[in-house]
Amino acid sequence: MTELTSLTIAEARTKLAGKEITAVELTDAYIAAIDSANEAINAYIAVTPDKAREMAKASDARIAAGKAGALEGIPLGIKDLFGTEGVHTQACSHILDGFAPRYESTVTQNLWNDGAVMLGKLNMDEFAMGSSNETSYYGAVKNPWRAKGSNLDLVPGGSSGGSAAAVAAHLCAGATATDTGGSIRQPAAFTGTVGIKPTYGRCSRWGVVAFASSLDQAGPIARDVRDAAILLESMASVDAKDTTSVDLPVPNYEASIGQSIKGMKIGIPREYRVEGMPEEIESLWQQGIAWLKDAGAEIVDITLPHTKYALPAYYIVAPAEASSNLARYDGVRYGLRVDGKDIVDMYEKTRAAGFGQEVKRRIMIGTYVLSAGYYDAYYLRAQKVRTLIKRDFELAFHAGVDAILTPATPSSAFGIADEDLASDPVKMYLNDIFTVTVNMAGLPGIAVPGGVDHKGLPLGLQLIGKPFEEETLFKTAHVIEQAAGRFTPTKWW
Amino acid sequence: MSVDLATVKRVARLARIAVSEDEATRMVGEINGILGFVEQLSEVNVDGVEPMTSVTPMEMKKRMDVVSDGSKADDIVANAPNTDRNFFLVPKVVE
Repeated sequence: MTELTSLTIAEARTKLAGKEITAVELTDAYIAAIDSANEAINAYIAVTPDKAREMAKASDARIAAGKAGALEGIPLGIKDLFGTEGVHTQACSHILDGFAPRYESTVTQNLWNDGAVMLGKLNMDEFAMGSSNETSYYGAVKNPWRAKGSNLDLVPGGSSGGSAAAVAAHLCAGATATDTGGSIRQPAAFTGTVGIKPTYGRCSRWGVVAFASSLDQAGPIARDVRDAAILLESMASVDAKDTTSVDLPVPNYEASIGQSIKGMKIGIPREYRVEGMPEEIESLWQQGIAWLKDAGAEIVDITLPHTKYALPAYYIVAPAEASSNLARYDGVRYGLRVDGKDIVDMYEKTRAAGFGQEVKRRIMIGTYVLSAGYYDAYYLRAQKVRTLIKRDFELAFHAGVDAILTPATPSSAFGIADEDLASDPVKMYLNDIFTVTVNMAGLPGIAVPGGVDHKGLPLGLQLIGKPFEEETLFKTAHVIEQAAGRFTPTKWW
Repeated sequence: MSVDLATVKRVARLARIAVSEDEATRMVGEINGILGFVEQLSEVNVDGVEPMTSVTPMEMKKRMDVVSDGSKADDIVANAPNTDRNFFLVPKVVE
């Protein structure tokens, strides 16, 4: 049974359509894999085997009736941030204790409408605030990758750490994830998987627990570029329930796989060469440039002068929006309540007990920068800097650049409970230095594996595209994947 | 700019998060670390730059002003910690 879990979505789709395997067999194989691995990896915080088998059975019936959807019978893991009707939805926070919504998020509903099967809910940093998955109320996720000759546990990245680990360890065929500052692309890079954050507005945010509404965007983490294209095509939609959902038809993303990139102009931004960046990241980047050049692309040096201000601006905008979004958790309408002597005491005790340290820190920063007298100095200035960051990209695209190539992260995966990072929140934030600009400008970005470092750990390359030109990213990422190959961890769990 | 212990306690109060003396003291250092990091934005010339309000230029979607949803009181209170006949129960607010 175990070899069923090694199939990509595209491969499983062919076997299901050819009736070589059934959706129930495929689902059972994944449930068995989760049963034996999850104690070690901790990728799932809720497994829904009964629901999965029921959905798989329905898929088999539709396949038999010739009514299969685009993802018919494909077992997926869902990040705990997505509202799933009647099923654990807590953004991996204690404050949403026991919450099971009476509605389904648009993105997950789109997947079920296409016939996908839900295996369960995936671990993540609390409210998607983190780059290591260590802020989860349900504990850290272990990266399926370990350094050569080491049994030290590594983080899978974050905030979509459970999604990336589950995909890398073959505990689902693909997973949903979300990205506010790099939460899809950084964990994808740390686990040798492919992750795409589409253009802001491409996937509906309806029914997804909000962190920073002007930055949050859903996307898939998958084993390869084709699977990522298949998943995004199903997740994306035009949704009247999200006013920021953009009114553009969803293209056939899979059709871009295998297309030529000959004559395309790829920009290389000099500002992404940061101080203290390991030599290996630089050589990975050069390798990526060489691959694209070999495939006929033209490489041009570009400048994005406001790059260094993206992360500080992010750490004003994101906490400000979070402090406002998370005001709703007050012990009244859902989740945890800690009683107090009066209503304010109840609010304060509930929020003190329900939020973890990182979430509290960000709510505090957000409350401070929005408080009377500081709004102009912090929030307004950060939003102006954001305009400048976006303008940098627009100038590059106007000059004829089709896509931009950068490293995805400044390092490979680091250890769980790394003391150096734990003692300084800003150091942890620097993990998102290459990814956060993309969220600030609302652009699409894909992380694709490019190789391994001297420790044998995966490293990712990032491609940044023009708004709503995800197809360009898929075809270019596929060229990199063809050259670099795919990366699978050695099983230790 | 930086914060002191009194400011941290005031902000915690505004954010409705109870903090102990120890926590507040620890937060002073952490928040100042982050404020120090974001301080570099002050070197950017933002004269005449419009603040970004939307990442994609688009007109706000509107819908007809008609009832399209509702009658879901049971669903709405289903996850509440304390309810009575479709009301949320909270500690007494008005004496």
